[in-house]
Amino acid sequence: MSRVHVTCTINGDPIEFLCDGGQTLLDALRDEVGLTGAKEGCGTGDCGACSIVMDGRLLCSCLALAPEADGTTISTVEGLASGDDLHPLQQCFLEGAALQCGVCTPGFLVAAKALLDRNPDPTETEIRYGLAGNLCRCTGYDKIVRAVQTAAQTINES
Amino acid sequence: MLTAMRYASPTTVAEAVDLLGSDPDARVYAGATDLIPQIRAGRPEPTVMVDLKRIERLCAISSNGSTYTVGAATPTADICADAGLTAAFPGLVEASGLIGSDQIQSRSSWGGNLANASPAADTPPSLIVNEARAVIAGPGGERTVPAAEVATGPGATSLGPGEIIVEFELDQPPARTADAYLRLIPRTEMDIAVVGAAARVTLDADGNVAAAAVALGAVAPTVVRVPDAEAALIGNEPAGDALAAVQAAASAATNPIDDKRGTVAYRRQVAGVLARRAVSMAAERAREQGGQS
Repeated sequence: MSRVHVTCTINGDPIEFLCDGGQTLLDALRDEVGLTGAKEGCGTGDCGACSIVMDGRLLCSCLALAPEADGTTISTVEGLASGDDLHPLQQCFLEGAALQCGVCTPGFLVAAKALLDRNPDPTETEIRYGLAGNLCRCTGYDKIVRAVQTAAQTINES
Repeated sequence: MLTAMRYASPTTVAEAVDLLGSDPDARVYAGATDLIPQIRAGRPEPTVMVDLKRIERLCAISSNGSTYTVGAATPTADICADAGLTAAFPGLVEASGLIGSDQIQSRSSWGGNLANASPAADTPPSLIVNEARAVIAGPGGERTVPAAEVATGPGATSLGPGEIIVEFELDQPPARTADAYLRLIPRTEMDIAVVGAAARVTLDADGNVAAAAVALGAVAPTVVRVPDAEAALIGNEPAGDALAAVQAAASAATNPIDDKRGTVAYRRQVAGVLARRAVSMAAERAREQGGQS
């Protein structure tokens, strides 16, 4: 079977890859492009570990088909840091111990970034709603929420 | 997984209909938020996944002043961000916003919610009380039917071979009219309805009910209209005995199942309570609107 040729922009770089018609975007990012930051947790859109932003929309890449990416602009967790400089969200997750095993962390970071891009000064309730599509099975959510609050402050003060 | 399937992204309705008409095992999708999990759970793989999101008409929101037209694949996030729809149909927009997380809101749509035909879907009761019409395209051309006639049972629709929902039409509501949607779920967010209740109320100049519609989700194989509740409201103030009659009629109209989310008796009771509250909320909104005009 012939594979589908996809051209898109990922984290600012022009990317081309080949995929199968029924391959999920998550699998293509991981297996064809080599970006393994997005994780498969549930594979059914419940856990958010595979969160990415495509053309400005936060979505679960396990529920999108890879060929949908053609012509789009995608951001993944790999695009958050600038070189060795961590994004304030990453720095605050680290310093606030907002992770234990870390599998959910890329999804939380991408969702939190999408939230702050849309709403730079969210209330605690807005943060909890904004991250409601991301599940963590170790930390509990309080440290994650506090890390996002601290990161928002850092970004707004800089 | 899913590697045997082909992917197609038509840019016109005609192209989509041709694709579906030429292959009975092709499936359309908008967000795939239900379709991909269903395939993963063991449903037969389609031969072709037909992505409807590259068809402009299916993702557009417009209004000509008297009728709103909303593309069937329009993400609910866009619907919730639309000021015109939010003002005209607050309950329908709230129902749309209740579907899943932000990640899901980027992909979920009215067309998918209706055509997936889950009895517990959140938007169909609100589409129905607002008398939404579904524009359906197929090999025989286009037809327009009440949204209430699309789902016929759990997972079953009246869509024929090769047919897709293209868009929804909603007439601008008359003066002093508003809707509301309430649902009960086992936790506070991100879950599937135990019961959903939609109501729309039009008040006359004296504050009595001139027109009413009540519809319940998750309490029967398809959305249930409650004509007895509607009749009890007409001509009366939406309070006291009229609301008690709404509650009794709504409970009586249900035909629920027992499952992990709730028992038959619980669903019946909650359906009455939510219907009464949804009518009250819609009436309150209609009154506020009257005050402004």
